[in-house]
Amino acid sequence: MLTIGRSGPRWNPWLEMERFEREASGLLSGLGRSRTAGFPPINVLTSENEVIVTSEMPGVDPADVDLSVNGDILTIKGTRKPQELAEGQKWHRRERGQGNFYRTVQLPFNVESSKVNADYAKGVLTVKLPRAEADKPRKITVKTA
Amino acid sequence: MANETKELEKTKDTAEGVVMERTKNTVTYTPNVDILETKNGLEITADLPGAGENDVNVTLENDVLSIEAQVTSESMNGYKLSYREYGVGDYRRAFTINEAIDGSKIEAKMKDGVLHIVLPKAEAAKPKSIPIHKG
Repeated sequence: MLTIGRSGPRWNPWLEMERFEREASGLLSGLGRSRTAGFPPINVLTSENEVIVTSEMPGVDPADVDLSVNGDILTIKGTRKPQELAEGQKWHRRERGQGNFYRTVQLPFNVESSKVNADYAKGVLTVKLPRAEADKPRKITVKTA
Repeated sequence: MANETKELEKTKDTAEGVVMERTKNTVTYTPNVDILETKNGLEITADLPGAGENDVNVTLENDVLSIEAQVTSESMNGYKLSYREYGVGDYRRAFTINEAIDGSKIEAKMKDGVLHIVLPKAEAAKPKSIPIHKG
């Protein structure tokens, strides 16, 4: 639990110490979600003929996201617009990142770029990429002479 | 010294010192937040990707504001997770609000996985300019 606002006379060193301890152990256990790879974090699901890339990018306008596929490379580019401060406003805490982001993912196979399907819901981007026909393994029957 | 002991005891009583155990076997994440102080109050913005407006609970109880969200992950049959940078789970975070807030006027909005809470200052806490009349 954290305290918002000026601590003033109610500042409590014991709570501060506990908070530090908790934050430090959170860091070490790897559970802190912000300290993993770059923004936005990516998960990749694969099946034999499709790969699904999901990415958590809350508060991003889908119009500001640019996806491109080249062979087996998926590139995600975008912007999370910063919030401007109006007069008389001030930040107490600022943990959410903002600005431009850029990620590339190498997929397990070439994909059919014309059939790629992307969807953004609840702050999560889901990109479905079907395997290219030419890339699919073909079964070759051996004929008897 | 006596004072210090008192403080220690107090700490134990508050929720701060209690490590909560969960009955559900899911991971709970601490969402990233921005906290903005404006002329009229506080604005809290929290990243809760994967949560919709019906999954989120915001409560204010004895100057503790809690944000909780339940996120259900879709199971994808036939797919295997081949690379993972983030986990899907619930969210929980709580704040002690020192400012005088009008609890009845708190508003919360959810859009694109981002929760935005506006906490207006209580009327009594707002600075008031007092007109001075000629004597």
